[in-house]
Amino acid sequence: MTRFDPKLVRGDIPLMNRVINGRPITYLDSGASSLTPRSVIEAMDRYYQFHHANVHRGVYQTANEATAIYEGARESAAHFLNAPGGSEEIVFTKNATESFNLLARSWGAAFLQPGDVVLVSEMEHHANIVPWFQLRESHGVEVRFIPVTDDYRLDLSNIEESMHGVKLVSVTAMSNVLGTINPIRELANLAHSHGALLAVDGAQSVAHLATDLVALDADFMIFSAHKMLGPTGLGVFWTRQEIMAAMPPFLGGGGMIKDVSTDGFTPASGPSKFEAGTPPIAQAAGFAAAVRYLEGLGMENIAAHEKDLTGDALTRLALEFDGRVRVIGPPDTEARGGVISLDVQGVHPHDVAQVLDQFGVCVRPGHHCAKPLMKRFGLAATARASFGPYSLVSDTDALLEALTHAVEMFG
Amino acid sequence: MANLDDLYREIILDHYRSPRNRGELAPPAHRTEGFNPLCGDEIVIYVQIEDGVLTDIKLTGHGCSISQSSSSLMSTAVKGKPLEHVRATIATFKDLMMTRETKLGEEATDPSGEANLRRLGELAALAGVVKFPVRIKCATLAWNTLTQALDEVDA
Repeated sequence: MTRFDPKLVRGDIPLMNRVINGRPITYLDSGASSLTPRSVIEAMDRYYQFHHANVHRGVYQTANEATAIYEGARESAAHFLNAPGGSEEIVFTKNATESFNLLARSWGAAFLQPGDVVLVSEMEHHANIVPWFQLRESHGVEVRFIPVTDDYRLDLSNIEESMHGVKLVSVTAMSNVLGTINPIRELANLAHSHGALLAVDGAQSVAHLATDLVALDADFMIFSAHKMLGPTGLGVFWTRQEIMAAMPPFLGGGGMIKDVSTDGFTPASGPSKFEAGTPPIAQAAGFAAAVRYLEGLGMENIAAHEKDLTGDALTRLALEFDGRVRVIGPPDTEARGGVISLDVQGVHPHDVAQVLDQFGVCVRPGHHCAKPLMKRFGLAATARASFGPYSLVSDTDALLEALTHAVEMFG
Repeated sequence: MANLDDLYREIILDHYRSPRNRGELAPPAHRTEGFNPLCGDEIVIYVQIEDGVLTDIKLTGHGCSISQSSSSLMSTAVKGKPLEHVRATIATFKDLMMTRETKLGEEATDPSGEANLRRLGELAALAGVVKFPVRIKCATLAWNTLTQALDEVDA
């Protein structure tokens, strides 16, 4: 497949027309939330203008249309992920964090015994840490951490010894701070050889690398729509049909039941069991359009484009700042994605981001909801720049120009 | 448009580069920690109180230029002062941050704001922070922590 023209992609993003402090916006915060193509916005508009109805209940035409839109999004997700069991394996939640809570509160609470181990890594987002600590409090499970090496990779050197008692390995496919891409297939083999399951946090990877659930051999995959050109308010939880069938419901209410009487309830089967209440229908329409958009560009092409951008940015950051700007993450573009965390000597990340904002450059300062990782590297925060398919080398130009001012200002 | 020079006054950068009253005090000095969970900033304040006077204050921790300079400026403003004066300075400073936060655009004609600025002296350098609302929490971290310290020792 031939590479796309990122300038055309940029033309599809209405927000790229914004002017910030007198300059065209330089959006380098796709790791926090990606920008939305017109086709995604229009898909949600169409739902509200022509098909707005609740799903799964009405018999009238627009209700059927709304149901088709919503269920169609499940099909889109299954195709996008190459889900082995199809759309019946896709649950829609509110966001990736809710998906992790679903995993912990439903599967974890039902199948983990006191003393069972959940193995996460030091580079996880809080969404893949806190629910396990909560389960530790309620169910007595142990939470164990895979350490991170000095060169920003998972330290798997003693992993066999760490597998005692492990029932679930839960690891990010791509670090939201370091950009590190983790060896998911290898971790799946490791987990399965010890009778454990593998959960993958795909929040940072799904919009930037091709995801093939058959090839990855994972057991759970979690991500959100808004980091993959889709709308906010929709998360995805994928698991195999046989695992899903055994999981008890998480949130209770309408839509997740087969039957309710004054004596009790029987839960629905399939994904509906986990989708209590009116689901995010407009968001599902937007999500499906985002999947179509990404598939139109080609995930391999997006990965190649962002790898070029990342390599260029890493080289220039090293050359132009004489060591004053340190990248917290692997230098090798084979091992990482387009998330670049910066530590600017003598300038706090909040001040870096504030100066950059004056130049219309949007980066994220802070701990990125990964405080254990920050502590591991002795940092309170970093300033993080991250790319998307609409990013251009000119974004890196603007970043470097603004960084130069930040360094000069704080001398 | 809010200008960066409103935020990063020279006096702020000076206090960031060369923070005053940095360090720790041994007991019986009172120790209080403050956190900004959103950005990870941390501050530890040590206060020595004798006969109703804040005789000494030291600070450690880490944070951005605004939180660090604000804590440094605060320490010079309150050190050696009677506690009622310290409380009044805290109230005046926080009022400045609140007033400006809720009346953005009117500050030039706000008489209480002008009076605040005169009373605050060097601290007035931080007045520009209110044009950057997300940074107000950076500026007030030290002051809230000092309030907590005074409450804890019931001074």
